[in-house]
Amino acid sequence: MSIFKKIMTAIRGGASEAGEAIIDANATRIFEQEIRDAENHLTKAKRDLTGVMAEQMAAQREVDRLQREITEHEGYAGQALEKGDETLALAVAEKIANLESELATQQQALASFSGNADRLKELVKKSERQVAEHKRQLSMVKTTESVQKATSAITDNFSSSNSKLLSAKDSLERIKAKQQKFDDKMKAAEVLESEDSDTSLAAQLKAAGIGSQDNSANSVLDRIKAKQK
Amino acid sequence: MNIHTIADHLNSLADNSDTGMSFDCQPIPGEVDVLQITILGREELPVFVSVTDDQIICISYLWGSDEVKTDCIGAMHESMLEMNIPMPLSSFSKIGDKYVIFGALSIGSNFDDIEHELAVLSNNALEVIDDMSDYLV
Repeated sequence: MSIFKKIMTAIRGGASEAGEAIIDANATRIFEQEIRDAENHLTKAKRDLTGVMAEQMAAQREVDRLQREITEHEGYAGQALEKGDETLALAVAEKIANLESELATQQQALASFSGNADRLKELVKKSERQVAEHKRQLSMVKTTESVQKATSAITDNFSSSNSKLLSAKDSLERIKAKQQKFDDKMKAAEVLESEDSDTSLAAQLKAAGIGSQDNSANSVLDRIKAKQK
Repeated sequence: MNIHTIADHLNSLADNSDTGMSFDCQPIPGEVDVLQITILGREELPVFVSVTDDQIICISYLWGSDEVKTDCIGAMHESMLEMNIPMPLSSFSKIGDKYVIFGALSIGSNFDDIEHELAVLSNNALEVIDDMSDYLV
């Protein structure tokens, strides 16, 4: 059964009650040990791979050297033949034959090292994927448990502090009301501020003799006189 | 990263948060460390933070199954599923009989990421309740 399915079954089956484990603690411990073992194997495989790759490189170098030497000696043999020294040419040819059989051996070794390296690389990749997958599964189990325990801590805390859980709508209403109150305050402050600046501007205008002036007795009298005319 | 370093950071922000929100952190005792984070002006909808081996999980409780109008459950579930991707950073879930909104961060997240997550989660929670209120009693 997949870990997803296990967790779902456990939650549906009522294991979501506080304190009840999704998958028993022992199984989790075994799983953790398996992951640690896999990681150890992985480390060892990586170390082996390094060793094999070093040998592969050494064999490659040896193959290159032998091939160079063979080409070189073939040149020598040719030169000996040009000089008519058949005996020397034969000696060189023998040397070439030896080099060629050595080359064959080295090429075989190289092929075997390369094959091993490829196999180990595949193995390392596979193990890495497997360890990552196991870790993901373990994380799912542990997260489920952690969330359940956290939930029971939160629930206990709420019931012990007697704080009543509001319904979602009531909570939203309250928060909105608070926000509205805050906005109103801001607006009131703005209005006050602008009124302040209005009055101060009016005072400045009056002081400068601009705009409407206070009604004085004289001005009232002037108005009445004007009407009588 | 654990709930205490998160609490220290958020409390030290005071009014200097990049999100314009003021956070107040209160650890809750229990088998698992949980941090209750209240945001100034939104005390009714706290965010709970817990830290596991590889994740930081931030949860806000939305409403209980008993708050959903009985003939609306299917439609509500569908709306929630449809909103799950468009909703930034947060996802829906259900713990016991409570619908929740949550965000999970990598354990390697920095304080800015966490602060951002909390602010977005809180905004999402408010908006979701508003948008889903037709389904709720």
